[in-house]
Amino acid sequence: MKNRLLWPLLALAALLLLNLVVTPSFFEMRIQDGHLYGGLVDVLKNGAPTLLIALGMTLVIATRGIDLSVGAVAAIAGAVTCVHIGTSGDVGTAFVGMAIALVLCALLGLWNGFLVAGLGIQPIIATLVLMTAGRGVAMLVTEGQIITVNNDAYRQVGAGFLVLPISILIALAVLGLVALTTRKTALGMLIESVGVNPEASRLAGVRAKTIIWTVYVFAAVCAGIAGLMISSNVSAADANNAGLWIEMDAILAVVIGGTSLAGGRYSLTGTLLGALIIQTLTTTVYTIGVAPEVTLVFKAVVVIAVCLVQAPKARAALSFRKVAVSS
Amino acid sequence: MLKKITTAASVIALCALTACGSGSGGGTDTGSSGDTITMGFAQVGAESGWRTANTKSIQDEAKAAGIDLKFSDAQQKQENQIKAIRSYIQQKVKVIAFSPVVETGWDTVLLEAKRANIPVILTDRAIDSDDTSLYKTFLGSDFVEEGRKAGDWMVANASGPTNVVELQGTTGAAPAIDRKKGFEEKIAAKPEIKVVASQTGDFTRSGGKQVMEAFLKSQPKIDVVYAHNDDMGLGAIEAIKAAGKVPGKDIKIITVDAVKDGMAALANGEINFIVECNPLLGKQLMELAKKVVKGEEVPARVVTVEGTFTQEQAKAALPTRQY
Repeated sequence: MKNRLLWPLLALAALLLLNLVVTPSFFEMRIQDGHLYGGLVDVLKNGAPTLLIALGMTLVIATRGIDLSVGAVAAIAGAVTCVHIGTSGDVGTAFVGMAIALVLCALLGLWNGFLVAGLGIQPIIATLVLMTAGRGVAMLVTEGQIITVNNDAYRQVGAGFLVLPISILIALAVLGLVALTTRKTALGMLIESVGVNPEASRLAGVRAKTIIWTVYVFAAVCAGIAGLMISSNVSAADANNAGLWIEMDAILAVVIGGTSLAGGRYSLTGTLLGALIIQTLTTTVYTIGVAPEVTLVFKAVVVIAVCLVQAPKARAALSFRKVAVSS
Repeated sequence: MLKKITTAASVIALCALTACGSGSGGGTDTGSSGDTITMGFAQVGAESGWRTANTKSIQDEAKAAGIDLKFSDAQQKQENQIKAIRSYIQQKVKVIAFSPVVETGWDTVLLEAKRANIPVILTDRAIDSDDTSLYKTFLGSDFVEEGRKAGDWMVANASGPTNVVELQGTTGAAPAIDRKKGFEEKIAAKPEIKVVASQTGDFTRSGGKQVMEAFLKSQPKIDVVYAHNDDMGLGAIEAIKAAGKVPGKDIKIITVDAVKDGMAALANGEINFIVECNPLLGKQLMELAKKVVKGEEVPARVVTVEGTFTQEQAKAALPTRQY
């Protein structure tokens, strides 16, 4: 396990090093209005939604599933909350709005769970339904407009600070909670066993279906919280663009972290590293000034490099210092 | 690993296929009498406040001009627009107008319209075709000119060395390319104005905020932000505030579009200058349509009437702003 985390850790370190060389000011940190301010803080703040979604995704993938609908669910959460808040600046309204949004997200998670565990539809197809329809729902809620709100309580979720950004504190709290409940109890093992073989687990007395329902609901709630952060960060709900393609980032974070898409094994620390790598990569592109036209290529090269060094064959080649054989 | 990659690739491909695959457009058929002009309009969709205002302007002005409008929403899909145009041809409308979703692939359907002797007017977006006889005129904004207006203001208001950071629109989109070009053209006159960093914020608030946050850390001195639309500018305002600076004073902001939220920020003094990109082209479109139907000559390119807003003008214009 330790060895698996070594490469993502090195990749993250290499990215940070690149920033240090190109823009030394990247690591500067100061106190601004009572909170930390600097490039690394931005990475944490903007990486929080991806981390949260990747956490939910990790458990889903551990059951050999996948959830493509998280981006759409995030958009719905932001849309519902902002529409509820409207022009109100009231703390209570903000919390009620967020509560409604999260309950709704849990229901959407139940729907995904129903399709996957109840009807036995392939996860990729089952969640594709909500991925497509969900954004439409968010558009319906906002009537296709960008809803701007002015509510200080709501702004705290995504843009607020308690020395550190509140968003990363929430994400780390959820990470801690998941680590406790799945690693200190048997739940994690049960999830993995479902991922290895749902039928065999069921015969062995594991409630496979209940576990699958649970992970999809958890993933949807994580996506909901992430959606609140995304929308709160700019005090607006943009049904078209909020959380667009974030499911891809989340899946990538999970995979970079060493969790197998085939299910049955997962690493929460790996997911944390994966999410940080992805956000650092994005921020790096902005700071070192990669031309927008080649940004995607730059990102792809880094991702391929990270994935390759993790591949058993590549690692074997590296450790024996063999010249790579071309296929 | 290969399996993982192929899985990931197929996931991405699937998403691309289905991401914009909801609903379907299609013309509404209401029938028309002999004398009034019937216009078939194929809209792109309802993807933004700008577009909604555009649609409303066309519908209202058609009513005012006594033109019978058949309206369809293509939900950002070209095939829906082509279907709508074909149905307009079959219904023998007098004139067809549309905002093409994409630039290419219109030759066949426009040739059908030409053979049926139905004139076509392009609005808001151009098409890429060698055969310019396929449409009578193109009514829309001149994005390069918008960039030039922003550049003009910059040149007029710069004193001493000025560092500009640019928040570009979606990479490859015509407004992003042209607004960048026009701006650069104008500021070239004053060498002390320099664009020190330029990244894409994808026309979104989150994008604008994230890019601006990074710029604020990597650039030692930023005097001006030039954002290709209001939303990215609004995101940048948030980032500037978080850095303990005052948007509009410590760092000046220029944006393009003039949607309501942007105008409100301009009136508040958080944005310094907005170049308008006017969606209210309904009136001009109806006038053109009447001329085209009568067989009068119209210019091949008509630019929408667009202005610029300073903070004082925004305060005056805000109460009556439609979008």
